[in-house]
Amino acid sequence: MNLAILHSSFWAATAMIAAVVLSSTAGEVFTAAAMKSIGDLDTIRARSGLKGAILAVLTSPLFFIGIFFMAVAFFALLFTLNHMNLGLAGPATASLTVVTNALAARLFLKENVDRRRWIAAVLICAGVYFLAH
Amino acid sequence: MSQHSLSPRQYLILSLVAICAPLGNACLAKGMTSLPALSVTHPLALILAVFTPWVALGIALLIGFFASYLTALSWADLSYVMLATAWGNVVVELLSRFALHEAVSSQRWLGVLLISAGVGYVTPGSSRTVVPAAEASKSKVLK
Repeated sequence: MNLAILHSSFWAATAMIAAVVLSSTAGEVFTAAAMKSIGDLDTIRARSGLKGAILAVLTSPLFFIGIFFMAVAFFALLFTLNHMNLGLAGPATASLTVVTNALAARLFLKENVDRRRWIAAVLICAGVYFLAH
Repeated sequence: MSQHSLSPRQYLILSLVAICAPLGNACLAKGMTSLPALSVTHPLALILAVFTPWVALGIALLIGFFASYLTALSWADLSYVMLATAWGNVVVELLSRFALHEAVSSQRWLGVLLISAGVGYVTPGSSRTVVPAAEASKSKVLK
């Protein structure tokens, strides 16, 4: 009976963390794509002022797709924090998001994710294991 | 062409990314744990939770995080910027232990150290992967 409850809570925690990580990754990749297409905000602000920089961000469709997924991630995080400790949910979601972001950055943003970054991903996964246990 | 060094202002923005996110999450945790358990069958209760003081403060801090995060993404790779938020894990553990009085075991501290080492190792010398064609189109945008 206790074992069944443990399994149930484990899968519930896994599902909550996965929902936060996947929606957060989608949001961050779309947002990063938007900011890459816009260019350096500091340079734009120097040329067109703060209003021009804000306008450059708000006229990007990719930015709003990113915002949508980030909103999903936010409410998923609220729900998760209502059921789990911050000390576990915070680092677990943040660290896994780093790994999924590295994968997504290579696949969708064509960033240079080399061997150094994959080794780091293994270290991060080990860190998440220790956080979860 | 790669940019290898950041200006003090850019380091300040990365620091804001690192600090605002864990502080915001800590405020959200304090607010959400003080509420009764929510259910997915009552989404309105989740939305109403946004207007409680600690959750509202958490949202304000996360807005600060988001503004600095967007700025950082405009001149650095996504994987590079993630370094700043990953260092925030240490802040989360400190807040969990000393502000929220949660038990943080030595294994969890080891986890934080491994994550920090991993993210620190992943940080390349350059802050952004720049493709020549992308740079050309960026120049057009700036004109």
